[in-house]
Amino acid sequence: MHKFRQNLAHVYMGLFLFYLLAPLVVMSGAAFNDSKLPSIVPWKAWTTRWFSEMFADDRMMWAFVNTLWVAVAVALISVIVGTAAAILVNSVSGKVRTVLYGMMISTILIPGVVIGISTMILWTKMGNALGTEFFLFNPGLHLSVLGQVSYIAAMVMLLVLARLQSFDSGLEEAALDLGASHAQVMRRILLPHLYPAVGAGAAVAFFQSIENFNVTQFTRGGADTLTVYVFSKVRSGITPTINALAFLLILVTLVLAVVYEINRRRKARIEAARESEARRAEEAALL
Amino acid sequence: MQDLLRRYGPGLTLIMCLLVAFWLVMLVIVPNITLFEQSFRPYLPVVDVGGPKDTYSIANYLKVFDGNVEKSLFGYTFSIPVHVYTFSLTILYSMLVTVLCFLLAYPLAYYLAKIVNPTSLPTLILLLFIPLWVSEVLRAFAWWIILAFKGPLNALLQGIGLIEDPIRWTNMGYTGVVIGLVYTYVLFMLFPIYNAIQSLDTNQIEAAGDLGAPWWKIHWRIVLPHSKPGIASGSVMVFMLSAGSLLVPSILGSTTSQWFTQTIDQWFKDALDWNTASAYAFILLAMCTLFVTIAMWLFKVKLSDIAK
Repeated sequence: MHKFRQNLAHVYMGLFLFYLLAPLVVMSGAAFNDSKLPSIVPWKAWTTRWFSEMFADDRMMWAFVNTLWVAVAVALISVIVGTAAAILVNSVSGKVRTVLYGMMISTILIPGVVIGISTMILWTKMGNALGTEFFLFNPGLHLSVLGQVSYIAAMVMLLVLARLQSFDSGLEEAALDLGASHAQVMRRILLPHLYPAVGAGAAVAFFQSIENFNVTQFTRGGADTLTVYVFSKVRSGITPTINALAFLLILVTLVLAVVYEINRRRKARIEAARESEARRAEEAALL
Repeated sequence: MQDLLRRYGPGLTLIMCLLVAFWLVMLVIVPNITLFEQSFRPYLPVVDVGGPKDTYSIANYLKVFDGNVEKSLFGYTFSIPVHVYTFSLTILYSMLVTVLCFLLAYPLAYYLAKIVNPTSLPTLILLLFIPLWVSEVLRAFAWWIILAFKGPLNALLQGIGLIEDPIRWTNMGYTGVVIGLVYTYVLFMLFPIYNAIQSLDTNQIEAAGDLGAPWWKIHWRIVLPHSKPGIASGSVMVFMLSAGSLLVPSILGSTTSQWFTQTIDQWFKDALDWNTASAYAFILLAMCTLFVTIAMWLFKVKLSDIAK
């Protein structure tokens, strides 16, 4: 009976993976079907023309470039702000900490629609009040960056805060006692310890920004990002060029995943070899 | 605070405080206050803004109660304002999505935490992560293809003889929206529950089994109570993301499925009435906050438990 349930669990895992990955396969497959409507049935003929049409689509290429710079800006600002926030939260306690932490976390839960509209209204109103035409106060992707940072910074903060728990603040004491300056303590002791979390935070921020639709939709003005462009394409006449794009993005994801996996396995193997070596040495010492 | 000053000196401390202040004040608090203030103002031509007609009123909020529609539920017909109706259905279907996500994710989380061979766990998690890296709009689009009238799902079901005629999936009320939302957000339920179950000592499960507890009782009395914080945080995430989603309802929605965010979007983009859009956005924010607070109070979890 126990065996049966375990097999059932394996089957469920398999089915779930199929459920998650099959839509991506269908979407990629449709990129090669020579049919005006993106689908895999009925299969007409193999073609690669959707790829050449995609590269000829100037608006999509522009949207791609826009997406990249927005994502880089969001990642950069979020990492700086999020790291500072984590250090600050970690060093206060009691009621202040509860309030500060609660406020930061709640930004993740604010619906994107609200963030988008509120960011848009604030900056355009400020521009009107100041009577300036300065670009910062007009709708555009820079407002999308600000809106996205408002909740993505909280994600970075959480990652860095978790890493801070394993930090030994005695190291900073020692450095200060030995005459290090404040900047040196920060740069040489604290930040190197946080780098893994900062790196992970930057990656999360980058991908969250690419994914973002709600905030961008309300703040972008006339500019496109990839998500917004794909959305508008899906609503008005769709061509399989979107599938060609999806296929390429999935391919990049897969390559990254495979590289990561190979790297992980290699490390695990080295680790296992080292462990067995140590065990053998220990046994030899005992003899 | 004293500690910060001593370690990093006044300069660096000030910079860090300013950065955090910029974030919380300029990007979070002030925009939301502006949104709130703006929601009480009438929609006027530019020349009248700031003039005598520009006075505070709750007219924008009252627009929610405009325009009744006849609806019938379980044979009982009633008249309800159209936006209230949309809002109620949004909340209702977001709850349905949350429950479905939980039902799908819980067995899997248990499997990943307790049953699977630990050496293959990282590979499995990596596989599960792949759809997360593919953007939301493409995931919704993938289901748009699958659910299409002449799409693969109908072809498959017809092929194995389950249905005679193709089904119009995207024209059955909220069906398409629910399918899309569950697919998009199920992983946000999976990982918190997995984290919670992982911290459960396997000996407890084995002890219960040795003492003769049937498998369902082990889950009901041991695993479920232990994973409560994970379930709560997953549920809050999925519920808020679903209720606030604009992409999935727009792509997979039918003619009869209106999501509340779509209503906000129409006020903002089509009617260009930002003030009413603000009022509606504020209603969404307030009601969702209220809803989450009640849910957290019912399940006795704190906000700090959620973000783990």
